Amino acid sequence: MIDPITLTVIQSGLQQVCDEMDLSFSRAAFSPVIAEANDRSDGIYSAADGSLIAQGSMGLPVFVGTMQFSTRTLIEMIRDGKAAAPKPGDIYIVNDPYLGGTHLMDVRFAMPVWRNGEIFCWLSNTGHWPDTGGAVPGGFSASATAVEQEGLRLPPVRLFKEGEMDAEIYAIICSNIRVADQRIGDVKAQAAALYVGEARLTRLLDRYGDDVVEEAIGELRTRAAQQMRASIAAITVGSYESVAYVDSDGVVNEPLEIRLKVIADGDGLTFDFTGSSLPCAGPMNSVWATTQSSVYLAMRHIFPDVPISAGAFEPLTIHRPEGTFLDARYPRPVSGCAAEVSQRIAEAVFAALVGALPDLVTAAPAGTSGNFALGGEVPEEGRSYVMYQISGGGYGGYAGGDGISNGCSTIGISKSPPVEIMEQQFPVLYHRYALHEGSGGAGQYRGGFGLDYEVELLRGTARASFVMDHGRFGPQGALGGADGGVNRVEVTRGGERFVPEHLSKAQDIALTAGDRVRVRTPGGGGYGPVEDRDPELVAEDVRLGRYSAEEARRLFGVERP
Amino acid sequence: MTDRDLTGSFAGIDVGGTFTDLIHYDSRAGRVRLAKVATTLDNQAHGVLAALDAAEVDAAALDLIVHGTTTTTNAVLERRLCKTGLITTQGFRDVLELGRRTRPQAYGMKGQFRPLIPRDLRLEVPERMLASGAEHLPLDEDALRIALRRLVAEDCEALVIHFLHAYANPAHERRAGEIAREEWPNGNITLGHALLSESREYERGVTAAVNASVQPLLRRYVERLADRLSERGYARDLLVMNGNGGMVSARIVAEEAAKTVMSGPASGVMAAAYTGRRAGIPDLLTYDMGGTSTDVAMIRGADPAVSHEIEIEYAMPIHVPMVDVRTVGAGGGSIARVNAAGLLQVGPESAGSTPGPICYGKGGTEPTISDANMLLGRMNPDRLNTGAGGVLLDTIRKAFAEKIAAPLGLDATEAAAAVLRIATAKMADAVRMVSISLGEDPRDFALFAFGGAGPLHACAIARELGVPRVLVPARPGITNALGCIVADLRHDFVQTINRPLDLCDMDEVHAAFARQAEDGRAAIDREHVEIAELRTATSVDMQFIGQTHLLRVPLPDGLPTREDLRSLFEDAYFRRFQVKLPEIRPALVNVNTSVIGRRPEVDLSQLLDASERKASLAEAQSGTRPVYFDGWVETPVYWRDHLPGDAVLEGPAIVEQMDCTLVMEPGDTARQDADGNLIVTLGERS
Repeated sequence: MIDPITLTVIQSGLQQVCDEMDLSFSRAAFSPVIAEANDRSDGIYSAADGSLIAQGSMGLPVFVGTMQFSTRTLIEMIRDGKAAAPKPGDIYIVNDPYLGGTHLMDVRFAMPVWRNGEIFCWLSNTGHWPDTGGAVPGGFSASATAVEQEGLRLPPVRLFKEGEMDAEIYAIICSNIRVADQRIGDVKAQAAALYVGEARLTRLLDRYGDDVVEEAIGELRTRAAQQMRASIAAITVGSYESVAYVDSDGVVNEPLEIRLKVIADGDGLTFDFTGSSLPCAGPMNSVWATTQSSVYLAMRHIFPDVPISAGAFEPLTIHRPEGTFLDARYPRPVSGCAAEVSQRIAEAVFAALVGALPDLVTAAPAGTSGNFALGGEVPEEGRSYVMYQISGGGYGGYAGGDGISNGCSTIGISKSPPVEIMEQQFPVLYHRYALHEGSGGAGQYRGGFGLDYEVELLRGTARASFVMDHGRFGPQGALGGADGGVNRVEVTRGGERFVPEHLSKAQDIALTAGDRVRVRTPGGGGYGPVEDRDPELVAEDVRLGRYSAEEARRLFGVERP
Repeated sequence: MTDRDLTGSFAGIDVGGTFTDLIHYDSRAGRVRLAKVATTLDNQAHGVLAALDAAEVDAAALDLIVHGTTTTTNAVLERRLCKTGLITTQGFRDVLELGRRTRPQAYGMKGQFRPLIPRDLRLEVPERMLASGAEHLPLDEDALRIALRRLVAEDCEALVIHFLHAYANPAHERRAGEIAREEWPNGNITLGHALLSESREYERGVTAAVNASVQPLLRRYVERLADRLSERGYARDLLVMNGNGGMVSARIVAEEAAKTVMSGPASGVMAAAYTGRRAGIPDLLTYDMGGTSTDVAMIRGADPAVSHEIEIEYAMPIHVPMVDVRTVGAGGGSIARVNAAGLLQVGPESAGSTPGPICYGKGGTEPTISDANMLLGRMNPDRLNTGAGGVLLDTIRKAFAEKIAAPLGLDATEAAAAVLRIATAKMADAVRMVSISLGEDPRDFALFAFGGAGPLHACAIARELGVPRVLVPARPGITNALGCIVADLRHDFVQTINRPLDLCDMDEVHAAFARQAEDGRAAIDREHVEIAELRTATSVDMQFIGQTHLLRVPLPDGLPTREDLRSLFEDAYFRRFQVKLPEIRPALVNVNTSVIGRRPEVDLSQLLDASERKASLAEAQSGTRPVYFDGWVETPVYWRDHLPGDAVLEGPAIVEQMDCTLVMEPGDTARQDADGNLIVTLGERS
């Protein structure tokens, strides 16, 4: 049997392989979304069924566990003759959401690692491409009704054959996406990261021997399961329920409902989404792989010390929510799954478990990526542009602390762009970039505050699109705490102010110079009964102008703050 | 000695978290004196004077004192800051509180963030510049005066004026500064663009806020210290280390107080670069392991990597040039434990300095890396404080037996060895990640080991990394103080251009370089310090349009043409990323100049007292003791100061000195060079 010290050393060695792939990918990538926002992930997957062996610690959280589904699908397709069999040096490209993916913009590469003519394991990575074609630049069409409108869909094909890129496949891709000339920088970086991983893993295998590493992988899986079981043992046996809402699907203006029942049986947890809404017409559908990853992501936020691996997921059983919008099938549009629906699934998990784990789980965070896209033309400069403003919101209060303000999305960890850079690059002027006052949900520990910004178009014409959420209901309070403030979008066009019909979602609102958009992002949910809040803290928030005196009375019941 | 050598009497004094170290170098007397005294946290000046006393240095006879202080670093990290007010563009007072929208860690939705300046002291005035530098809204001077008076009435001690796009057009900030000087009761006024003329309002604002909120503290501290030194008859200028590894006069250091943050680690890296250059080993990875953490930096061609985008903690970017020192995981106090999965983990929890590792005898109960070293004979067990309130080796053994060995089915010795094996693997991984993130393969470097615990682990880590050599300087425990003696005068300038290269006005670019060089030379003139050579190093930060990350491109001497910049950038990009992107246009983002006054040479061979040297290795050996290297080996122990000048050592061996222990593993060889460095060449070891 493998000794426990070598086991730990191999565990760090596998982790190091993934971390080096993450680093290599980001550093060489061309697109800011990968290079700076780190919207990418790398991992090692088993040869037998694609199960996750190790994943880079610097990967975007939404990708926790996702690639094991795409890798498994690929292995099955090769076995069934539906995808070409690999040779050494081959790298597959795939972005099909229904084959273990997320949305089309998340493009996966997968490469087998060969030892003595056999596949030892797979390396795979995902990078968010800035564009994969479709109705709108960037892919987040709020009103798409079929996946074809969202962009180019690639089944697993070998983009690299025996180390050489297939120029013909690449030409097809480039003919179907925007700003194609910049993509080569990302493609080369994504492939190079896999080669870096292969070299590092080969060194590890040479040093310890394939058999020892294989045995270690099996043992680590068992122990990760053990660690997750030990963590969830704190949850009293029973059933825990929650409901979370997506404002609308962007096409039909009705809320989508996520119903979750978590059953703790003393050994593991079962997640049952029965009763959730039917698949929707617009792009707020989730595919099965993303739904599972969202549950894993939420559990990882609750237990950040448990390493990410298939073993850690073993005690978590997720019933496939067939027939609901959380298990969308072709050709349902899915662009909102990774950025928005995933966060609402995580919110449902937090809301279900906060009562069972009151010291670990927070009230609901803002839980939206806050995508605001502005596509326009500057006639005097003869150029067109697409500007993206992503933004944070308040986090939920938790046992021992108020939520942080303007935290990033639950599924991301990227920095928002500075106002000065936005104004350098696009013909806009920000009038305000401030705390969304009054938005923190009241409670013993209040939620954090959202962001309040207002931006004016200075020149030319443009179209504004929004993919946000929590415009209808604020992020949920927990254990007696109040909900956080809702997301608000206001457009001032030709001097007239209006709110988009779907509140947090809209596409192609035409703007001319002088028109303005104001966005106030959600505050976090409050935690614990408001009566238990120290009145001096309420007074301090009023003194700092975070709440008005009137809000202190209304939300906190403090008469003279 | 040559006539280019430094002549005179110089003291370098570095205040660290625990100790205040002093090196006194007297070229005329041909001797070096050292002192190590306890740091006095409430007023670091006491420790500085105590160090002078301990080394029996007469302040009146000194030609120069160079001082590294943690006053500002500690104030920032512990948030002991002066009450500071902010006046900013209307609509933007919350920038300092909103940050760049992240969270403290990737997983876990908890955590706190406290802005440097509270919301009620952040005031707004109507004014607005555009990104182009054009004025959009004039500065409302009446509103400004009202805001100033309100902050004065609030008893703010320091002031920040930070306007949007002031890097592009600082006219409003300058005018506001003039008015502020009429209204503000003291000189503690920081203009955002003056310290950092770069876009990105959060980073520039935080940098300015850090500067303002530590400025009064630093001003008071250096004034008090200068007074105390002059009472002792010291008549010359006091110089203070900056985080860029250069030093500036105490008279002006507080103006740019933010630049002194993190100066201690920078000073150590400067000493490493200096030592490496003299030793003919100019490419180094520095490995400074202390009690709670380990600092790693990269030196190429005797030039430490400098970054002006350092975030010293979560959401605390200080964008002034600093030696790029990365803090990685483990220190001597890192705690070992067996986790819920039954796996041995080392860190991230640390026993810190109180209670510290068990072997400190201050009440620590958790087994740490230091304790493992003690148990395995790598550190001298005779040095354990076994007296009253102290600790016995058996206490440590028992802790390993119970907490590590039992759950893993090992004995206590195997458990301690396992802790070191995992710590070594982990630290090697961390060093490798630093190296790779700076675009270099660690195997192309030598490891420079310093700090109290660096030389204990350096050989094992180098072997794990595939690094062929380890350089252990003569005095590893006082490297930061040595940095004070050998550091250069240095001033760095950054100017944002941010235009596609083919649209840049090259005359304007050249004028920016000329202005920076002139400002730097003027600053060095004002410092009245003897220099051997004045050097100007220029660089540009460029990117392909559409990218957000920058690549710094060093420039050769002379003014670059547009074509020079294009080809230098494309070459540098290819070297770094192995990608050519001829289809995409490059942009010139920043022009940078460093003006460096190189000081005369310091003769490092005097760091070890030649009279202490013994004639043979046998005489330098203080004894043997059993040390565990995959089994117990009776290992020779040497006293560093006694080693003969041309000593060659074969591992396994232990080399001890006042504050530091070097462990050479079986197969390693070391030779001592003319400066008293030990250069260890790693042997093959299964």
